[in-house]
Amino acid sequence: MKARIHVFLKPGVLDVQGKAVEAELHTLGWDGVSDVRIGRAIEFQIAGDDPNRARDEVNRMCERLLANPVIEGYRVEVA
Amino acid sequence: MKAAVLVFPGSNCDRDCKVALERSVGAQVSMVWHKETELPSGLDLIVLPGGFAYGDYLRCGAIAALSPVMSAVREAAAKGIAVAGICNGFQVLCEAGLLPGALLRNVGLKYVCKFVDLDVVNGQTRFTAAFGETRTARMTMGNGEGNFFADESTLDRLEGEGRVVFRYRENPNGSARSIAGIVNGAGNVLGVMPHPDRAFEAALGSSDGALVFQSVMASA
Repeated sequence: MKARIHVFLKPGVLDVQGKAVEAELHTLGWDGVSDVRIGRAIEFQIAGDDPNRARDEVNRMCERLLANPVIEGYRVEVA
Repeated sequence: MKAAVLVFPGSNCDRDCKVALERSVGAQVSMVWHKETELPSGLDLIVLPGGFAYGDYLRCGAIAALSPVMSAVREAAAKGIAVAGICNGFQVLCEAGLLPGALLRNVGLKYVCKFVDLDVVNGQTRFTAAFGETRTARMTMGNGEGNFFADESTLDRLEGEGRVVFRYRENPNGSARSIAGIVNGAGNVLGVMPHPDRAFEAALGSSDGALVFQSVMASA
């Protein structure tokens, strides 16, 4: 199975990269852009054939290593 | 005084810390590779140095925080041995959960490397007692992700418990409440973004950093 995880800064945590990219998009003329947030995507193969169990495992990986719960949220997809 | 300096792959201030400890307080310093599972006996201080442990991969300090040696550091900290994380070492201690908060990308997105003037907010800690009546310190900082973040209630608690140790006089990177250094609840674990190890004698532009090490020695 393939796991795909999106990690992003929590709402309320200033995303300075997002701010810089947003300013640049405005400079290029896309004035309608707002709330740019930059996160990271992590993908890997995970053994087994039970998606629910795999999702639980991946959630644990996020808590232990892949995300920092002080500043980051995450979203897990397993397929 | 006996001290250990941890060495992670990508640490680059480990030797600076060793020299700073030897010259400022005559410490006997062991360099401890991160794969070790035990620390030398009789330590008075464990230093997590600056640098880019594991290339800052994933998040600064995230992988180093899970290194084998960190279990021994956790045990030593629980026993009350002084632990100081400087710059990347501060990031590692936050990731390891030994200090609250996290260090975010600097506001302005720049790596900031310069002298900074600090207020010594709490001069009663194991890391600041030697400052005496002096309430300011000058050290250099060098970081791209030194922007201290914690939620408001954590910040209130840190302030209320006297755990904010150093504060920038002019905030260089967006750190919450201009915080440059904090201690844990027991007062034996310090995290500081500016470098006492780069300011331990006048020839370096400031000797104020030596007072941090002298404070630890006096409490040992």
